[in-house]
Amino acid sequence: MEILVCVTRVPDTAENEIEVNSDGTDIERDDLVYSVNEWDNYAVEEAIQIRDRVGGTVTVITVGDEEAEEVLRREMAMGADKGVLLADEAFEGSDGLGIAVILKAEVEKGNYDLIMTGAQSEGGTAEVGGMLAALLDVPFASLANQIEIVDEKKIKVGREIEGGNIEINEMDLPCVLSIQTGINEPRYVGIRGIRKVASLEIPTHSVADLGLEAAAVGAAGAKVKRLDYFMPELGEGAEMLEGDTEEIIAKLIEMLKAKGGLK
Amino acid sequence: MTDQVFAYIEHKDGVADDTAQELSVAAGKINPDAAVTAIVAGFGDNLDAVCGEMAKTYPTVWKLDNEAFAYPNAEVIRSALVSLLPENAVVLIPHDTFGMDLSPGLSVKINAAFISDVVGFEGISDSELTIVRQEYGGQVSTHVAADIASGAVINIRPGVFQPDEGTPITGEVVDKSGDIGDLTMVRKFIEIVEAEVGDVDITKSEVLVSVGRGIEDEDNLEMAFDLAKAMGADVSCSRPIVDAKWMEKPRQVGTSGQTVKPKVYLALGISGSFQHLGGIKGNPFIVAVNKNLKAPIFQVADVGIETDILDFIPELTESIEEL
Repeated sequence: MEILVCVTRVPDTAENEIEVNSDGTDIERDDLVYSVNEWDNYAVEEAIQIRDRVGGTVTVITVGDEEAEEVLRREMAMGADKGVLLADEAFEGSDGLGIAVILKAEVEKGNYDLIMTGAQSEGGTAEVGGMLAALLDVPFASLANQIEIVDEKKIKVGREIEGGNIEINEMDLPCVLSIQTGINEPRYVGIRGIRKVASLEIPTHSVADLGLEAAAVGAAGAKVKRLDYFMPELGEGAEMLEGDTEEIIAKLIEMLKAKGGLK
Repeated sequence: MTDQVFAYIEHKDGVADDTAQELSVAAGKINPDAAVTAIVAGFGDNLDAVCGEMAKTYPTVWKLDNEAFAYPNAEVIRSALVSLLPENAVVLIPHDTFGMDLSPGLSVKINAAFISDVVGFEGISDSELTIVRQEYGGQVSTHVAADIASGAVINIRPGVFQPDEGTPITGEVVDKSGDIGDLTMVRKFIEIVEAEVGDVDITKSEVLVSVGRGIEDEDNLEMAFDLAKAMGADVSCSRPIVDAKWMEKPRQVGTSGQTVKPKVYLALGISGSFQHLGGIKGNPFIVAVNKNLKAPIFQVADVGIETDILDFIPELTESIEEL
């Protein structure tokens, strides 16, 4: 089975506090720790496990600049067979649809049975997988948390829906799935694993290589544009307890008693 | 531009979802004068009940009755919407597991802008709609402008646009079932596998000690259980703890886990994504302990403490045990 996984490089929210920069044009990017988008990492692990069961290859691709290559290499260290970097100045400022258009062009250069994305990334739009499927005119399922390969042409997919219930669907291949966290336990990648794949070549495909019009992607083609960043309005906001730990705990215990939090 | 606004109504067992009213409120923020059409797809008797209910809020209700809609399969419903929606339509859909499944692909098929997970509207000028949404799990907000000249699919965050007690209207239910065209069945719904049941039913708990990513290591969970024991509480958790397989799914609070209604909710090292907060009902007294002051949980908590839970929990436990 030929599997393609679309990944992205993002600031790691487990490692960073995200703040708005001084003029509100971006988040503060100094000293940010980047990593592969968490959802994508589950998708790559799932692809590797499927390949190890039924054979085939796993290819990882990303739209980004040269620095994005590090996440491809990381996923290759996990076990992906190939990586392709989709990079071009014309891609800058792409909205979700623009990203899907770029990915579609790369998908069509291959012969993939199964295409996966993470269910969402740092922007929380959860849009690229569904758009890619629609552009390719193939079936789509979001929030996949179970995948069973029935045969060469068919899979069963569990979607995580409200209340922790799972919606089971049958789908024909090729198709696109967006992967939910928790579907598997992604393997650990150490420095040594990344060194092993350090010399593997990762080709770069540009707007011309992909046969795209520059005006159809990037900021030029975007219908949806971010104007600024700002700190969320705090609403009511919590009453912050101040003082040394002893004082804080004493206040908290009084509150818990009053609210029925201690039995 | 925005005179053709549609709201997709989710429903189950003859009852409309809470988002049905919220979409009406959201539509009013885009254009207070828009005559909004509710779209209700389903099958059988329950469908009429939902359409009737919706006609009290929406001036027009499109009823789409088809056996293929007995279960809301987004891939099938998308194909019906593509054939029914007029050009340049603005369609509002809840940003939940159904909306995430339906909307991105729908926007491609009707050549409309897709705007995801909207929490606010800031006005419209010519064909440019400005909205508010959040990134990085709610740590920062952004204004986003979308060109909606050729229509828009807008996913609305559930729970944000709270309805007023409006006066019921008498809308018209229009049966559009004959116009839905050929339904392409590219994805076949098989069944729902119900969530597993755990050893503790946190939906019945009055006091919850809930832990998130801030607990850092599986071995540290013992701290939370010790604290819960001292308080007479149960232990619950947020999604990353279940993803890491450190706790069982039935202990997860959130839209994809359990909906809890405690009196007191102690959120320890939980950032507070909207999916997590969506699982906390009944307006409990929320205490948030987190070392990241930017964590969205502090916006909704009653009381906040900025500190590392790994230091704080044992001290709190000890103090309670000494009472």
